[in-house]
Amino acid sequence: MNSVILRVGTRYLAGLLLVFSFYMMLRGHNEPGGGFIGGLTGATGFVLYAIACGTQDARAALRVMPQTIAIWGLGIALAAGLFAALFGDALFTGQWLFIGATETDKGLPLSSVLVFDIGVYLVVFGSILTLVFAMEEEI
Amino acid sequence: MAGGFPKDTQGNGITGAVPVIFAATLFAYFASLLPTIAATEVIRLSLPWIPSLGIELAFLVDGLSLTFSLLISGIGTLVLLYSNTYLAGHPQYARFALFLTAFMVSMLGLVLADDLILLFVFWELTTLTSYMLIGFSHDAEKSRRNALQALFVTGAGGLAFLAGLILLAAATGTTSISGIIAQGSALKEHAMYLPILILLLAGTFTKSAQVPFHFWLPNAMAAPTPVSAFLHSATMVKAGVYVMARMHPAMSGTDVWLWTLTIFGAVTAVFASLLALRQTDLKQALAYTTLMALGMLTLFLGQESGYAMTAFATFLIVHSLYKASLFLVVGCIDLSTGTRETDQLGDLGRIMPITAVAAALAALSMAGFPPFLGFIGKELKYAGALAVASEPVLVAGAALLSNALMLAVAGVVAFRPFWRGTVPSGQSPQEAPWQMWVGPIILASLGAVFGIYPDLLQVALVTPTVISLTGEVGEVKELQLWAGFNIPLILSIATFILGLLFYARHVQLRAILERAFSAIPNLDAGWDRFLDGLRGFAKWQTQLVQNGKLSSYLFGTFLTIAAGILLTLVYTGMPMIAVDLSDVEWKHTSIALLTIAGALLALVTNSRIAGIAALGVVGIGIAMIFIVFSAPDVAITQLLVETLVVVLVAVVMLRLPSLPKAGFRLNHALLSVAVGASVSLILIAVVSSPLDLRLTEYFEVTSWPEAYGRNIVNVILVDFRALDTFGEIAVVVIAALSAYALLRTTRKGDQK
Amino acid sequence: MEFLFAITIGVLVAAAVYLMLSNHLLRFIFGLVLISNAANLTIFVAGRLTDGAPPLIPEGADAPTLAANALPQALVLTAIVIGFGLFAFAIVLVFRAWTTLNSLTPDEMRLAEPEEAHK
Repeated sequence: MNSVILRVGTRYLAGLLLVFSFYMMLRGHNEPGGGFIGGLTGATGFVLYAIACGTQDARAALRVMPQTIAIWGLGIALAAGLFAALFGDALFTGQWLFIGATETDKGLPLSSVLVFDIGVYLVVFGSILTLVFAMEEEI
Repeated sequence: MAGGFPKDTQGNGITGAVPVIFAATLFAYFASLLPTIAATEVIRLSLPWIPSLGIELAFLVDGLSLTFSLLISGIGTLVLLYSNTYLAGHPQYARFALFLTAFMVSMLGLVLADDLILLFVFWELTTLTSYMLIGFSHDAEKSRRNALQALFVTGAGGLAFLAGLILLAAATGTTSISGIIAQGSALKEHAMYLPILILLLAGTFTKSAQVPFHFWLPNAMAAPTPVSAFLHSATMVKAGVYVMARMHPAMSGTDVWLWTLTIFGAVTAVFASLLALRQTDLKQALAYTTLMALGMLTLFLGQESGYAMTAFATFLIVHSLYKASLFLVVGCIDLSTGTRETDQLGDLGRIMPITAVAAALAALSMAGFPPFLGFIGKELKYAGALAVASEPVLVAGAALLSNALMLAVAGVVAFRPFWRGTVPSGQSPQEAPWQMWVGPIILASLGAVFGIYPDLLQVALVTPTVISLTGEVGEVKELQLWAGFNIPLILSIATFILGLLFYARHVQLRAILERAFSAIPNLDAGWDRFLDGLRGFAKWQTQLVQNGKLSSYLFGTFLTIAAGILLTLVYTGMPMIAVDLSDVEWKHTSIALLTIAGALLALVTNSRIAGIAALGVVGIGIAMIFIVFSAPDVAITQLLVETLVVVLVAVVMLRLPSLPKAGFRLNHALLSVAVGASVSLILIAVVSSPLDLRLTEYFEVTSWPEAYGRNIVNVILVDFRALDTFGEIAVVVIAALSAYALLRTTRKGDQK
Repeated sequence: MEFLFAITIGVLVAAAVYLMLSNHLLRFIFGLVLISNAANLTIFVAGRLTDGAPPLIPEGADAPTLAANALPQALVLTAIVIGFGLFAFAIVLVFRAWTTLNSLTPDEMRLAEPEEAHK
């Protein structure tokens, strides 16, 4: 697939999809979305990129090996779960911090649940790219 | 084992010394409990183990268990000391000492346990550790075979035993042994008494090698001699006897109990003593006399009289002492001369005087000469046999015959090799080192000491043991050397005459027995045929079930699913099926039709591209179902995954050859329709029955107030059920890495 | 509605089973995709179908008034992703079998259980 239009278009589209995937993940707690959907969206962007420009370019754009990303994701998810132990809660109990919270407004919520979702995102993203890149290259 | 005693009698250093000290410490501890037990008290110790089932780590020290504990730890100490020299420098001595010590501890646990489940755990532990010990010389095929045989026979018995214990616990409502005994005769009147009895006896008879399960015991002599001395004289095989004794207060007194134990015991005793005389190998001969002793003990446990119980307790101790010491003596002879065949041994008394003394003391006790404990034991045996109300003549006759044969065997094993004949040429025997004769001497001397001062044993062990068995002090009978001129004494004299006659004519007797026994079927050979048959059956059914064809595996799996579901539906009656199509709209129908069309296209197509497209249609159709029915998250996920599936399939599929034309297979079609129909039916049944929404409602009301999330699905995934999700993403990583690894190996050019 | 989709699922399963029995690995993969889709749909339908009420809590409310059953949705969502992992692994395995054994007929692949062993 050697089309200039596709290649140039894909470059922007992939970036756009990546940003969109973050957005999908972050809003997931209150709207449709979340780590699984975000990870799949982000991976789709890179799969598109790999199809258009080849896996060499896609790997270069990613900078990190996709399997490393997947493993890190697993580690982050686990760390988020273990984090509850610091507060004497059961494994994988969500821990919340509300920055600037008032009586009526919850402010900016930060939570171990969000960290866990980021871990899920990275696992799905990394695993799919591991598969697709390897298949594109080896088959 | 030819080649004399080990040069280095220092043994195996610390691996040799530590187990001996450990066992001696245990013995000292149990000995310190003697005064308490002699005062006819009991000690009970319990820790909660599985409280929800009422199972405790409960231990009970009473007369019976202390007698066993002292025998186990005492003989254990001497055997470990002996082994340290017997196997000096053996490269696997550490392993041996570990197995032997582990066996000893399991055995102690078995006799001390006061909980049925705990008892079973230790029971199985003795089976396993004895398997290790019998098969210790694992490079010999015979040794492996015999170890496996012992494991199979006692293990199979163990399963029956477990079933019996479970029934027993169910019948009595408790797993505590002392609790069961405290219920008195309630068990005997219980409807489950007979099944419990049969199952328990199946376990104890196999473990204690009663005819017809006896064949494994002589084979277990493949173990190193100290192991035989320990396992098969004083401990392992007595486990079955112990359990029968333990359950005696709760289960004895019925006709079934009386006759089963009496008949099995008597047959085993006579049969085994005949077989013992037939043997020319010293160790084998001893092995069969062990069977005889086990038969005798079983026989006594069948009764209830105080004489029988006292005889049981005394004979138990006598036998352990002389049998262990004789086995150890045989080990000495074996190392010294390199053979255990009676006709190749002679005149060893001159060269091995200390061993000879030990052998003589033990043999006199075994033969039942005064003033040895064996004599008292024998007198009590006769008294006990005569006290059998129903068949005194039969039981006393069996006892007389086996005792006389025992005397003859004692002569063959412990007299003849030392004091008759000459040392065959080519042998240069020596006296054993002290570590090896000290055990036999101590054990054999105890037989003499207790014979002369029977009160020592009476107070310390026999009386408390009999009380454990009968629950009454009054039942205990006096241990005495001179009990007056009575029928037991006459029987004793008859035993001596008959026994000496047997000994004098043992060569001729052996020849007669040889002919007689070749006529009856050999259970050991039968065992081999049984195993061959089992292997043949396994092979046949493996070929049938595991034929290496994926298609038949799948066919079997799907057939099982369909048959399981459909037969269950037919058997339990078809569920109410409500065909409710009132709320179906055109969009629902069209989505369903689209999905079905996609599936049918995938089914019939011979084109890869069409197949991919058909799968895409199905995926999209399902995504639309998710959209229509309020599952936005699922729908998005489905669509994204569908995209990726198409990408992957397109990448791989086009590198593979095109699809061959598929012929129509009627049996496959019928099975497919059956599986599909059963899934539909189940699902319709499910949706026709009420739905329990408690979990969903919990998530709905707590999602925002407690987990601060408005998207309930996402909150379930990352908060309520986060651990599940973690497991799932781990699976995703593993799948990706495995696929990656599979692909990367192709690159190295090994494409054949 | 559930009845309609129960029938749909039955057809999907039947097609999947027939394909998986076909003794050809590509068709087997097709069957695998179909059956995992059917399984997901089964869980979803068993949790009942609700039209037009996604399990989202509106702003200002503490709990939804009427919402689709969220639990099966959560189960199905992860099942889809796992199903994808399984599918990807299976297809790589098929490809590898093809390059190594040069066959797509599983009954011809007798490396682990050769015919001779059954004599």
